[in-house]
Amino acid sequence: MMRPASRITPLGDSAALVQLGSDINLSVHRRIHTLANLIEVSPMDGIIETVPGYATLLIHYDPLTVSFARVRDFLREKLLQAEETLSRKPRQIEVPVRYGGEEGGDLESAARHLRLQVEEVIRLHRQKIYTVFMMGFTPGFPYMGKLDDALVMPRLAMPRPRVRAGTVAIAGWQTGIYPLDSPGGWHLIGWTPLTLFDPRSDSPFLFAPGDEVKFIEEK
Amino acid sequence: MSLEILEANGLATIQDAGRFGWRKFGVPVSGPMDWFAFRAANLLAGNHPTAAALEIGLGSMTLRALHNCVIAVAGAGFALSIYIWEFPLWSSYYVRGGWTIHLDKLDSGMWAYLAVSGGVQTPPTLGSVSTYLRGPLGGFDGRSLRAGDVLQAGIPSRPLTDLAAQSLPLEAQPAYSDSSTLDVIMGPQEKYFADESIAKFISHEYTLSATSDRMGYRLEGAALTPLGKTELLSEGMTMGAIQVPSSGQPLVMMADCPTTGGYPKIGTVASADLPLLAQGMPGRSKIRFRKTTVAKAQRKYREMMGRLERIVEE
Repeated sequence: MMRPASRITPLGDSAALVQLGSDINLSVHRRIHTLANLIEVSPMDGIIETVPGYATLLIHYDPLTVSFARVRDFLREKLLQAEETLSRKPRQIEVPVRYGGEEGGDLESAARHLRLQVEEVIRLHRQKIYTVFMMGFTPGFPYMGKLDDALVMPRLAMPRPRVRAGTVAIAGWQTGIYPLDSPGGWHLIGWTPLTLFDPRSDSPFLFAPGDEVKFIEEK
Repeated sequence: MSLEILEANGLATIQDAGRFGWRKFGVPVSGPMDWFAFRAANLLAGNHPTAAALEIGLGSMTLRALHNCVIAVAGAGFALSIYIWEFPLWSSYYVRGGWTIHLDKLDSGMWAYLAVSGGVQTPPTLGSVSTYLRGPLGGFDGRSLRAGDVLQAGIPSRPLTDLAAQSLPLEAQPAYSDSSTLDVIMGPQEKYFADESIAKFISHEYTLSATSDRMGYRLEGAALTPLGKTELLSEGMTMGAIQVPSSGQPLVMMADCPTTGGYPKIGTVASADLPLLAQGMPGRSKIRFRKTTVAKAQRKYREMMGRLERIVEE
């Protein structure tokens, strides 16, 4: 098997970026996830935390403890190990959604834009199992994909100043859920009663990068 | 021991070193804008360097000590008075219960750190008390402090009389200026820019935009045009990273910056120089960049950390 390409570059004096691909696909995502898990279970002194991107893993480290060169050597070793490690079976999370309604106010306009029936948009959205590629934007926001090709459309020209927590949305080939009341530029298609982020809980986040998510329609 | 806020006209938040370990879930680190002054204030007050302290910016502030305590103030942009006397920053002072502590905003510099012996005690959120205003998380319900808030302090590490009158000599303090040159580690997306854009970035002077905040400092000056793509797949980033959006005006990520971003990063400001940038005045301060290497930047950072050991008793 050919060794997949990877590149390790510094991001400033206290982070190292591992680039594992240049597009969004599941095999790149699984390698990122496996690498992140390997680092988490056998960390090197001085590594603070890792942050997955779509095609990258960023490693934050303490430059008072380790140099970039040592972090790079460690990452090369872990990358080799990652190739021989089977990716862990992802956790699957079911998310009940009420499509449309007050929170999913863009459902009809999205259907018109996509030239689909509303029911077809709902069916296409709930039929797939999505992967949480990464998290960002606000605490607990999952970037999930990939949407069915028929649902792909650009984000809103003007972001809304306020989107209610729990709102399910789509943009590009991604779907996401707003964990907090926040501004938002995606098309809002539904709402879930689940709490995505509770800072007082022992497990504050509903999702983690690498999870698989299935939407269940609630009428 | 406690301090009561009598008046807060700017942005006053509780910060510790930051909220680490949650960035993969999208939680920003927060923490101090000027790590050096923050650590200095704590060490001067006899605290662990990353104990919770008060970050004061944008406007003046008045507090009253409700008990005897030792406080230390470090940073830039403020004049300190205790009771009826004026005192320099970068020193620790014994404050009697009932005395007022006033920080008056000056027109140069941005952030001052007030540490109280024993550290500010408030319950942590996700392992940190750092305030993240947009969360809102940490500190006092994630908000800026206001009149009537009472800060509880922990138990001082030594008797108060031993803790007062410590100071950090001028030559150990950062060389804050309205015109700073900052070391930058280039990349990772340096290749997204034409050589002439890189040359402009290094040779031109930028002005800190008035719209800067704890999340990011915008720069105004020579536009840096990406060669082709103006966006990349979202990836992790860090404080000091210089993103270049399609406008071509660089945006430096600061303490409350998002954990990930999708604009190309031309470079990242060296940790050692972040305090100089942080203390720049929005709308006025001039910034220049100078290339450095990771190894040199790390050496300089260690050297800066070492300066904190030069605290002396007066």
